[in-house]
Amino acid sequence: MILVRSILEKYPKEQRFLLAILQDIQRTYNYLPREALIEVRDYLNVPLSSLYSMATFYKALSLKPKGKYIIRVCDGTACHIRGSMNLLDEIKRLLSLSPGEVTKDGKFSLETVNCLGSCAIAPVMVINDKYYGNLNPSLVREILAEYAEKSGDENV
Amino acid sequence: MPKKAVMKMYENAKRTVLICCGTGCLANNSMQIYERLKKKVEDYGPYFQIIPVLKTTGCNGLCEKGPIVNILPDEIFYCKVKVEDVDEIFEKTLLKGEVIERLLYLDTATGRRVRSHKESEFFKRQLKIALRNIGQIDPGSIDDYIERGGYKSLKKALFEMTPEEIISEIERSGLRGRGGAGFPTGYKWKQARKINSFPKFIACNGDEGDPGAFMDRSIMEGDPHSIIEGMIIGAYAVGAEKGFVYIRDEYSLAVKNVSRAIKDAYERGFLGRNILGSGFNLDIEVVRGGGAFVCGESTALMASIEGKVGEPRVKYIRSTEKGLWGQPTVLNNVETWANVPVIIEKGADWYSSIGTEKSKGTKVFSLVGKVKNTGLIEVPMGTTLREIIFEIGGGITGGKRFKAVQTGGPSGGCIPEELLDLPVDFDSLDKAGSMMGSGGMIVMDESTCMVEVARYYLKFLSEESCGKCTPCREGIRRMLEILEDICAGRGREGDLELLLELSETVKEASLCGLGKTAPNPVLTTIKYFKDEYLAHIREKRCPAGVCKNLTSYRINPELCRGCGVCAKKCPAGAISGKPKSPYVIDTVKCIVCGACKEACRFNAVEVVGRR
Repeated sequence: MILVRSILEKYPKEQRFLLAILQDIQRTYNYLPREALIEVRDYLNVPLSSLYSMATFYKALSLKPKGKYIIRVCDGTACHIRGSMNLLDEIKRLLSLSPGEVTKDGKFSLETVNCLGSCAIAPVMVINDKYYGNLNPSLVREILAEYAEKSGDENV
Repeated sequence: MPKKAVMKMYENAKRTVLICCGTGCLANNSMQIYERLKKKVEDYGPYFQIIPVLKTTGCNGLCEKGPIVNILPDEIFYCKVKVEDVDEIFEKTLLKGEVIERLLYLDTATGRRVRSHKESEFFKRQLKIALRNIGQIDPGSIDDYIERGGYKSLKKALFEMTPEEIISEIERSGLRGRGGAGFPTGYKWKQARKINSFPKFIACNGDEGDPGAFMDRSIMEGDPHSIIEGMIIGAYAVGAEKGFVYIRDEYSLAVKNVSRAIKDAYERGFLGRNILGSGFNLDIEVVRGGGAFVCGESTALMASIEGKVGEPRVKYIRSTEKGLWGQPTVLNNVETWANVPVIIEKGADWYSSIGTEKSKGTKVFSLVGKVKNTGLIEVPMGTTLREIIFEIGGGITGGKRFKAVQTGGPSGGCIPEELLDLPVDFDSLDKAGSMMGSGGMIVMDESTCMVEVARYYLKFLSEESCGKCTPCREGIRRMLEILEDICAGRGREGDLELLLELSETVKEASLCGLGKTAPNPVLTTIKYFKDEYLAHIREKRCPAGVCKNLTSYRINPELCRGCGVCAKKCPAGAISGKPKSPYVIDTVKCIVCGACKEACRFNAVEVVGRR
């Protein structure tokens, strides 16, 4: 895996860069492929089991591929009391998707996050890097309809 | 307008246009406003005598009214600006100095539009120390920071003060850690300085994990140099030559701005070897967090910086003695570091004259939830909750009744109306069963269910518990199950007693702050809102209309005017009726989202018990 090697080369062989390396791999592949983890193991000389424990401990890392568009619904307290659960219900219903899952075509994945720090415009959701604030279920429907028209390969 | 006319009309004033590009404003297209205005100014560039300067800034705090455009030196403060307004702002305000009345800030307290934000109740009552530059400078420009007095304190510290003098100044100022625990900063530094073991480290905790809090995010995004200057002063005082800024993974803009600031500081000789010729060396690097709440805990954060799983350790030895890689480490929160340069500049006496006896200075809060002016505020310690919520915050939205304010995040508690006159400082909030925490302040009104809020926090904590201590890992889960049952209508007599008993064990037997404080949201809600718990358990009723199994909605035909707004807002198509006659909710289709209740201006939508 050439990409993994080019990520590893950026970092000295020290354990303290492990999290950063895994995050770069996550960003490149949208998950942590097993082959990539094996290369990290050999590079840093750490057991694969400790990579597994990192991957399952940190929310930013995942062992399964994520969708092209990652929908993150904020469920911070401010969003929660302003009805974030209703947004989530609407997305679940529209995409037949539960948090943590990916649609069959690999286009969308759905996650809840604890707080995006945008509490003043609650409730908030983020699709990839685009923020949507002051939402309600009908706005969510409109926004998802826009994305549904986009092909899975297109960039936002 | 013909371009030639511009030259004649344009006065000889040097104008600066500050466009807020905090996350709140960005979500409302402030970047497009900037781009469009920039293009306008460029097009007319040669015709200006003095070209207006456009700057994107960090968060002004008044996110509710964003996007915000602030024009200096006129002090014209425009709110809720749309891209379509840009041409008018350019032609009227930038060219002629005229004010566009409709874009001015509408003061909720007086009902009048005010020209400058400084005249509004929201800003007038604030005192900005940690947020001093935010909204006034371009966070990407080190020159902007220097122009406002930045890095002056660093020079003073390096060349006019000994490390001991710096520590004593910080100690005398009474500065306490802003991350939540309120540990005296000067004392922490003194301990780390005393130990004769090198290398030493400093670190900045930017892993702002409390839901409902975004103070640190705004400082990192809006004024990153204030943190770096504070850290350099701190490192010099304790004798550290290596520093880390640990930033939450979700905060991509903060990572970008802090990284850029570090790079610029190196270029100007504020970081690196032989800083400003003083012989002092310091390297600082950014570490991205991995999205784990517990990593905000000091020892877990350090494990994470070392590239390990972020599990806390026992703290019989403090981090000032054995922290990162077993070496002395000073870890302070973002806001604490940002206060340091001001204390060095203006002195401990000045700083300690602000605040209460045991809590000095100011505190930044993110005021959010069901309050009119949501956003970021900074007030002197000792300001009462009532002043914050009703005077600065403008009161509750939609004419509803205040119910509680939640402070301190998942470790804090809910404070009821009768305690609103409590002065906000570290000790009084503790006494009320809550805590200051990092500064999240979430206002709840009568449509918030306190049992559900307790359930929410325990759900959060059960997911974020690292699993090391059994009482925390298992205890929180059992408590959550009980609360889920209560919210679903399966509550039983004895549940409250069991919750209280479990709370005690979790508090006593967990290692770190997460577990020790986890029961707080449950304990405070039981203490102050017991009747709501009893309504759920005994009457199978959710008074706020939030718990879906215990709620259905009904339109009161006597109050309904038949305007049909509810039917339009209903996402499930459950409301039907003819204009001007009462509408009806089909309880089979109804998803109990409350959109109709929120939308009805005549209070005709009523919460009734289980369907």
